[in-house]
Amino acid sequence: MEPILQIKNLTHTYGIGTPFQRSAVEDMSFDVYSGEFLGIIGHTGSGKSTLIQHLNGLLKPTSGQVLLRGKDIWAEPKKIRNVRFQVGLVFQYPEYQLFEETVYKDIAFGPTNMGKRGDELDACVREAARLVGIRDDQLEKSPFELSGGQKRRVALAGVIAMEPQVLVLDEPTAGLDPAGRENLMANIRDYHRNKHTTVILVSHSMDEIAQNVDRILVLKSAHVLMSGTPAEVFARGQELLAAGLDVPQVTRIAMALRERGLAVDPAVYTVRDLERQLLALRKGGAVC
Amino acid sequence: MLKDITLGQYFPGDTVAHKLDPRTKILLVVLYIAALFSARGVVGYAILALCLAACVRISRVGLKALVRGLKPVLFIIIFTGILNLFFTPGDHYLLEWGFLKVSDTGLRNAVFMVVRIMLLIMGTFLMTYTTSPISLTDGLEQLLGGLKRFHVPVHELAMMMSIALRFIPTLIEETDKIMSAQKARGADFESGNLMQKAKALIPILVPLFISAFRRADELAVAMECRCYHGGEGRTKLHVLKYERRDYVALFLGVLVLAAVLVLRHMGL
Amino acid sequence: MATIIQTENLKYAYPVEEGEKQTFALRGVDLEIEKGSFVVVLGHNGSGKSTLAKTFNGVLLPAGGKVYVEGMDTCDENLLLAIRRTVGMVFQNPDNQIVANVVEEDVAFAPENLGVPTEKIRKRVDDALKTVGMSEFVRHAPHLLSGGQKQRIAIAGVIAMEPACIVLDEATAMLDPIGRQEVLSTVHRLNREKGITVILITHHMNEAEEADCVIVMDDGVVAMDGSPRQVFTQVDALRSMGLTVPDTVDLLDRLQKDGLDVPLDALTVEECAGAIAAALRAN
Repeated sequence: MEPILQIKNLTHTYGIGTPFQRSAVEDMSFDVYSGEFLGIIGHTGSGKSTLIQHLNGLLKPTSGQVLLRGKDIWAEPKKIRNVRFQVGLVFQYPEYQLFEETVYKDIAFGPTNMGKRGDELDACVREAARLVGIRDDQLEKSPFELSGGQKRRVALAGVIAMEPQVLVLDEPTAGLDPAGRENLMANIRDYHRNKHTTVILVSHSMDEIAQNVDRILVLKSAHVLMSGTPAEVFARGQELLAAGLDVPQVTRIAMALRERGLAVDPAVYTVRDLERQLLALRKGGAVC
Repeated sequence: MLKDITLGQYFPGDTVAHKLDPRTKILLVVLYIAALFSARGVVGYAILALCLAACVRISRVGLKALVRGLKPVLFIIIFTGILNLFFTPGDHYLLEWGFLKVSDTGLRNAVFMVVRIMLLIMGTFLMTYTTSPISLTDGLEQLLGGLKRFHVPVHELAMMMSIALRFIPTLIEETDKIMSAQKARGADFESGNLMQKAKALIPILVPLFISAFRRADELAVAMECRCYHGGEGRTKLHVLKYERRDYVALFLGVLVLAAVLVLRHMGL
Repeated sequence: MATIIQTENLKYAYPVEEGEKQTFALRGVDLEIEKGSFVVVLGHNGSGKSTLAKTFNGVLLPAGGKVYVEGMDTCDENLLLAIRRTVGMVFQNPDNQIVANVVEEDVAFAPENLGVPTEKIRKRVDDALKTVGMSEFVRHAPHLLSGGQKQRIAIAGVIAMEPACIVLDEATAMLDPIGRQEVLSTVHRLNREKGITVILITHHMNEAEEADCVIVMDDGVVAMDGSPRQVFTQVDALRSMGLTVPDTVDLLDRLQKDGLDVPLDALTVEECAGAIAAALRAN
């Protein structure tokens, strides 16, 4: 797999020269592979929001580089807007940014800024609406008539309509109830599977990340703590706990079972996997 | 970026200037302005300039900060100066160039006008630098309290002002977020002519206004849940009390005003 | 045991436009909240849990039925102030509850409204801040605080009224895990040490683990009412209402259905692991 995004020694320092100087991101390096579903997790203050705003050129590195398909996105600073059409970023609580008279027009804002018109624009908007589950009859309504969950989908469609190569989602399920969360994540999973877009999910919830991503990037205090597949990362569960981060509840159950002498794989992170292992243990009688 | 906008920023401190009752400072500014507009001659202005200098010294605010406050009004200052310089008729003309005539009165007026505006702005800023917005609102509410008799909603106005002040940083933060989100969809706030730039503000202003109304709604409910029911029967955590230094300061203020009026009468 | 809040056949419908059909958000709720208890109200978005919370102190008035706070009828306008002094409320958005520029001024807001004498206000403010663990921020600007800190200030602002009960209307929904933890431990402490009745409205199941009583709302009525163990073990019913169960219960439910002899009510990680280990050894 080719890396579509490469972050090289990225540092971002706020308030240089003032007494409030601090580096939100320090010497971070990692690759994002084309078509993968990457999860980024870290506490508030770990540098998450600063980092993702570098991916689409909203923030400029103090030092280091951001490469999109091998090219430095700041090579031509005047053309930085183009990067934002290729790396779509959806902020937290995106429903608070809706402004147009109709859902259709709001979704069309992004593609219109790209220069799309007429049939091409129409196709983008309708496809994006379909992908997030917005019905045709809702397109002509005012976005403010919709429910909170529906508004969020409209905001999401507005970014998807730009047909970005990378979609970055900052806590897309924040504030939703469990059913709403599951619904939205299913939508996002479908989108990833069908469109083969690279998706980067930023989340607080280890459980949510574990159930959805191919790879995890763990941030702590402006640095990358570790990265790898969920199995690789949760195998180092003790390290995560020591760093003040959490592990999925299932992993913690597995750890507790190991403490009680059961031969359970400590890197397990879904209920189904743990269930399977325990049933196998029951058959095999591998307890002491 | 937007966070750099400060409105009459408050620098906390421990000086006498900071400790004065806000009402005293408001009244002193009123006296100061009255004196500024009464001053006619060099001596009058000189005394006021000296007073300002003394206050700057006492408050330890620093001349640089005050001068920075003049930047936004630099245009007005220069404009006023030029108007007075070239368009005031007088007895003697020092310079003539087409229809532009510089008279001696014109020169005098120009200098005095510029000095007056500068002293006015710096004096007012000195007050806001040494008085927190909340105490200013409190002070105003107390001073204007007498107007309640004439059915002026003094308490409500003060409450509105202090809530507005409290939300300024929050709204600025929200504006920043909205701007980032719209930029992420390709919004361009830099290029284009004036019309285009104005249109580009709609994606920021609409969400901001809607959000502001929602905030106001939620805040009103929260206030009622904490038993807010208007100004009747309200007590305060901090009660304003005049100290001796307030009386001394006010006395000096009146003295300066009197001096300037006397000097004006004497033609100085 | 004394009842602090009681609802009788409570109904509520939000105002609708002309010609639109009225939908009832609350369709006949009968509840008794015990004084000093820690109650968690769960439900999916639209179940009526938030609407219910707002009837507890008269923010919303019943369209049918009654709500009594320590015997006081919320429909009685004259009693509204006394009711709101008894039942305080903390809302979801941390910013939209803070009235003042300075933390101590905000915490003092309620006592000022109640006409508490100036010397006593000072003490209430300091005590309230100490209780929520924010004493060092007394003269800070609230907008510079984190979400969890802001909510703790909001809680301090409410306890400065010395209420008998605090209702938290999805007060942790917009917080990160650390903030959520701060708020939860604060209200648990208030409940344990000061005997304040706490009613926590949420859709995070794990927040109900340590409650005395869990109420599950669904479609405007009370669907379940009992201890956390009683409620969480009804896995299928909860799922059909759009809620989830903690992974511990999920795992035990599956194992039970696979024929393993495990209880369903081992809610915590330790209890769950213990139950599974015991069952496997017995096998």
